[in-house]
Amino acid sequence: MSSEPLLQVTDLHRYYGPVHAVRGLDFDLRRGQVLGLLGANGAGKSTTMAMLAGVLAPSAGHIRVAGHDLLQRPLAAKARLGYLPEVPPLFAELSVDEYLHHCARLRAIPRQRLAVAVADAKARCGLAQSGSRLLGNLSKGYRQRVGIAQAIVHEPDLLILDEPTSGLDPAQLREIRALIRELGEDHAVVLSTHVLPEAQAICDSVQIIHQGALALAAPMNALPGSDGSHRVRLARAPSAADIAALDMVEAVAPADGGALTVRLRGGDDGLARFAAACCAGGWGLLELTPERRSLEDVFIAVVCGDGTPGGGAPA
Amino acid sequence: MSAVLEIASRDLRRLFAGPLAWCVLALTQLILGPFFFIVYLWEFGTKQPLLVAASSSFGITAFVAAPLFKAAALLLLLVVPLLTMRALAEERRSGTLTLLLSSPVSMTGIVLGKYLALLAFLALLVAQVALMPLSLALGGALDVGLLVSATLGLALCAATFAAAGLYMSSLTAQPGTAGITALAVLLALWFMDSGGATAAGGSAQALASLSLTRHADALMRGIFASADVAYFLLLIATFLVFTVRRLDALRRGE
Repeated sequence: MSSEPLLQVTDLHRYYGPVHAVRGLDFDLRRGQVLGLLGANGAGKSTTMAMLAGVLAPSAGHIRVAGHDLLQRPLAAKARLGYLPEVPPLFAELSVDEYLHHCARLRAIPRQRLAVAVADAKARCGLAQSGSRLLGNLSKGYRQRVGIAQAIVHEPDLLILDEPTSGLDPAQLREIRALIRELGEDHAVVLSTHVLPEAQAICDSVQIIHQGALALAAPMNALPGSDGSHRVRLARAPSAADIAALDMVEAVAPADGGALTVRLRGGDDGLARFAAACCAGGWGLLELTPERRSLEDVFIAVVCGDGTPGGGAPA
Repeated sequence: MSAVLEIASRDLRRLFAGPLAWCVLALTQLILGPFFFIVYLWEFGTKQPLLVAASSSFGITAFVAAPLFKAAALLLLLVVPLLTMRALAEERRSGTLTLLLSSPVSMTGIVLGKYLALLAFLALLVAQVALMPLSLALGGALDVGLLVSATLGLALCAATFAAAGLYMSSLTAQPGTAGITALAVLLALWFMDSGGATAAGGSAQALASLSLTRHADALMRGIFASADVAYFLLLIATFLVFTVRRLDALRRGE
């Protein structure tokens, strides 16, 4: 991947009157990365996204897009980014084709590449059959697709997607997630979401924003993960004390559905020996699943960890 | 520059996609045609013998075109706020302004694009009005100089109304509010001299010299003074600069 970050954010602040909505965000994003911004409603996600897209001016701090300062050289920077706001910016009177052509010309796509760029964006967003439909007559899922299509029609280096999958049905959801993953391979993508499995499915790294400040930044695979807990289901379970007596078992607790949560020590070796012990004891091992600490647990821990309810800042 | 034209052409297309533009074109024609043009023409027909007898220099162009253009200007004053009120207010309300703000276009480019679209439509409207007296050329000689000057006066009035309306539209996210405030501002500018006409005080005179009517009247009577033209251009530039600054302030968050 290229060495120069496509997006550099330094000490970003934003005030709404007396409300300090975004407090000192710092991060870099390179080509090929998908970053998820997570946060409760009103945490400052959308404000941050709007600042990254140049729609809102930061109260303090710097944003560089592909080496261009968004405040000093806005036109050069904006030519390299695509932005899908929370509400797709559609004109009800225009057809899908008219609208996408307009967006492409607005971003200075040369005339001879116009038709190809629009056809490509439509194909990627599953709009190939909908070119002549009026935007005002589209369902929410289709409006969202057109919103994504306008953000990618000029092949930007950086994509900023504010809740890209809101309002989509499950089939569309999978398509759009696959599309974002695909885009993430040769672009840099920042997306905000409060659907945690979604972030887990498409992001390489996540940042959890709480009350406008960065609460946690971690690559997805380095999230505070497994602590050795396993979900265990046994056909003929002995007493918990019998299981706890095994040398590789650290703790045993009952879980839902008649299962047990067993914390093992000794990593894979401990796991293998625990399985062997289950067989030896004739307990009828039905299930043995490592329990990953999900993003949801991390999120709840971060957001609720300090015991204060969400801030009053606008989203 | 191409982005400016793109914004202008999009706005123009959107304007003509709805019924408002067509209604405005049809109704101005309908109101100005029978109620003003034909009436003035009739009146000229009845007064012509008197004018000839007095060997007056008052020709058909001055008699028909000048009052027609004055009436058209007043009609435009009422109509233009309807056209401008949605320009920015509607885009703010529906969130489509973000499309422009996140595209590689400067604030000045956005405002110029929007303004150009309004100008293009108003040019059509002014041309439609100018065609009425021009049709008299079929049957007689016209004072072309007066006609050009009067058309310029009407066009400058329309352009000023549009600039004021655009600024008012940037002040609020409610198109209705934008329309009514634009109308108030234009009426104030238009009738600013009615006090000055009766009172002879210095301040009333100063106020009157700022009024649109004062400067439009001269042009429509065929008196071309660069001071009048400069007045309009200055007013237009002021409103447009205000609009750009207003958009910038919005981005920074009031």
